[in-house]
Amino acid sequence: MGDVAVHALRGIDLLVEKGEFLAIMGPSGSGKSTLMNLLGCLDEPTSGEYYLDGKPVAGMSKNEYADIRNQKIGFVFQGFNLLARTSALENVELPLFYDRTRRIRNPKAAALEALDRVGLGTRVKHHPNTLSGGEQQRVAIARALVNQPAIILADEPTGNLDTRTSVDVLSVFQELNDQGITVILVTHERDLAQYAKRIIEMRDGHLLRDARVENRRLASVDLAEFHDEGAYELE
Amino acid sequence: MLQIRNLFKAAFKSLMKNGTRSLLTSLGIIIGVSAVIVMVAIGEGAQTVIEEGINSLGTNLIIVFPGVSQSGGVSRGAGSFNRFTFDDVEKIRKEATLLRAVSPVVRSGGQIIGGVGNWFTTVYGVSPEYFEIRNWEIEKGAFFTERDDRSSKKVALLGATVAKQLFPDEDPTGRQIRIRNTPFTIIGVLKAKGQSGMGTDQDDIILAPSTTVLYRLRGGRWVDMLNASAMSAATNKRAQEELRTILREAHRLNEGDDDDFTIRDQAEIAETASETSRVMTLLLGSIAAVSLIVGGIGIMNIMLVSVTERTREIGIRMAVGAKGKDILIQFLVESIVLSLIGGIVGIMLGTLSSKLISAIFHWPIFTSVSAIALSFFFAGFVGVFFGFYPARKASLLDPIEALRYE
Repeated sequence: MGDVAVHALRGIDLLVEKGEFLAIMGPSGSGKSTLMNLLGCLDEPTSGEYYLDGKPVAGMSKNEYADIRNQKIGFVFQGFNLLARTSALENVELPLFYDRTRRIRNPKAAALEALDRVGLGTRVKHHPNTLSGGEQQRVAIARALVNQPAIILADEPTGNLDTRTSVDVLSVFQELNDQGITVILVTHERDLAQYAKRIIEMRDGHLLRDARVENRRLASVDLAEFHDEGAYELE
Repeated sequence: MLQIRNLFKAAFKSLMKNGTRSLLTSLGIIIGVSAVIVMVAIGEGAQTVIEEGINSLGTNLIIVFPGVSQSGGVSRGAGSFNRFTFDDVEKIRKEATLLRAVSPVVRSGGQIIGGVGNWFTTVYGVSPEYFEIRNWEIEKGAFFTERDDRSSKKVALLGATVAKQLFPDEDPTGRQIRIRNTPFTIIGVLKAKGQSGMGTDQDDIILAPSTTVLYRLRGGRWVDMLNASAMSAATNKRAQEELRTILREAHRLNEGDDDDFTIRDQAEIAETASETSRVMTLLLGSIAAVSLIVGGIGIMNIMLVSVTERTREIGIRMAVGAKGKDILIQFLVESIVLSLIGGIVGIMLGTLSSKLISAIFHWPIFTSVSAIALSFFFAGFVGVFFGFYPARKASLLDPIEALRYE
């Protein structure tokens, strides 16, 4: 790594309960990406502890991290990160390809079900370049879902999408959260954070604020308004 | 381990996404493999012909060549070039127990006139045993007899080529020819043997009784060489030893003197000839193998490009749970598939071009299964060997950096 040690995170103490919908906010450089990488087991903390699903994670080998990512974590990225020239179905099946436990008997059925849950049951054969941005992100969410993870980590999932589609994607997250899936959303848009149940704000590697969301917005309601007005502005 | 079948399917799919590039990359292997197959086929074809030719020489053939006489390490020089006499042949006939037959060979030759024109060829003066020793069969007429040999009768047997040249439209039996102005009566035509392993026409000869050739054509008293055949392959070596003892005695050689003759058997002659063609096969094969290695470098090059291009894909795969070794295997399988497809196409192309070459140029070509198997496995090995470095590079990528790669 770099020659100069950078303390991207200092003294973070965070407990995320099962079934929570947490939004992490903060300007760039606040350490939210590092936090995300640590939570997603993509990176290893230099010090400190991390318990995922009740089990300690820090200090594991690279291969063990890969297994945890495979079985407990679902990623949704800003840039969708789908495999090009590969059908939606195959993209969603990808995590199961690397699942050595074979806990999911029929990968194809599981992938179809996941696509169905995000409302893409009819477009499974489509390649990413024939899908709209919102649809691509839905495929990515289906991929994050397919291995029945403990948490879904979404890093700026609406960064490349217009307002309406952003709300649309958030409605998917809210729906999944209602079904009991823990969702952690990284965003710098305060309005979008309002769809979560809890917001933490970060600055310079510190936790600045941790609060429950008052007047939580419901994406389904906002979407209905889109239909009514034909146009919508985020306040 | 992930399922092998899925791995190959995924690799194939991923290669198909860049179809033209994959094809061009495996072109190196295609050319390499087909070159190996064609070259080895040509070499082995030549070898087969040589071996067949040597077998047609005769059964358990032993040939005795004259050599330079030496005494106590002092060569007596070219003048002492020691040939054989009919007495030697007689002595061998009387004393040898392990030889089925022995025949002197007196070589002469020149312009033959008769029939429709003239022809230049070699005349071999031999005894009737020669037919058996060298496996000659008769096409028309009959062989000459021992009595003909004893009485130096001017009779001759024509090789198929000579018969065709001088008597293209008729049976030459009973006709007269003149060999260097000496008239001979043709008593038969030999069955064709075809080309020898060395590429000479075995049918371009005339056979006549040894005494006739020596006394009436050539003059002198020297026999050029002896042909003999052993009782069996098993006693061949002992027969040669016996022959050596008899000849040393006949030539009155002392204990320490070197042999003034050389005994060679068919196996040795065959070995020399096929050794030459084996070296040729090896040489051609290794030149072709170099192109396989060049093809492998092409694969490595493209795989390196592919790893760089697909850094993001590698990042995605790692994010959803692929381990380093999964990525390694994925890219390794891709390069193996690439080279094996090249191998299969190369085998088809090589076999086809071998057939084409043999059809167009009438070369004897022998496509061997071992060359096909070997080049196929070598292609696979090239895939593993040259695919490993790019695959390892891919497997060592950091998932966070790979995901960020643009």
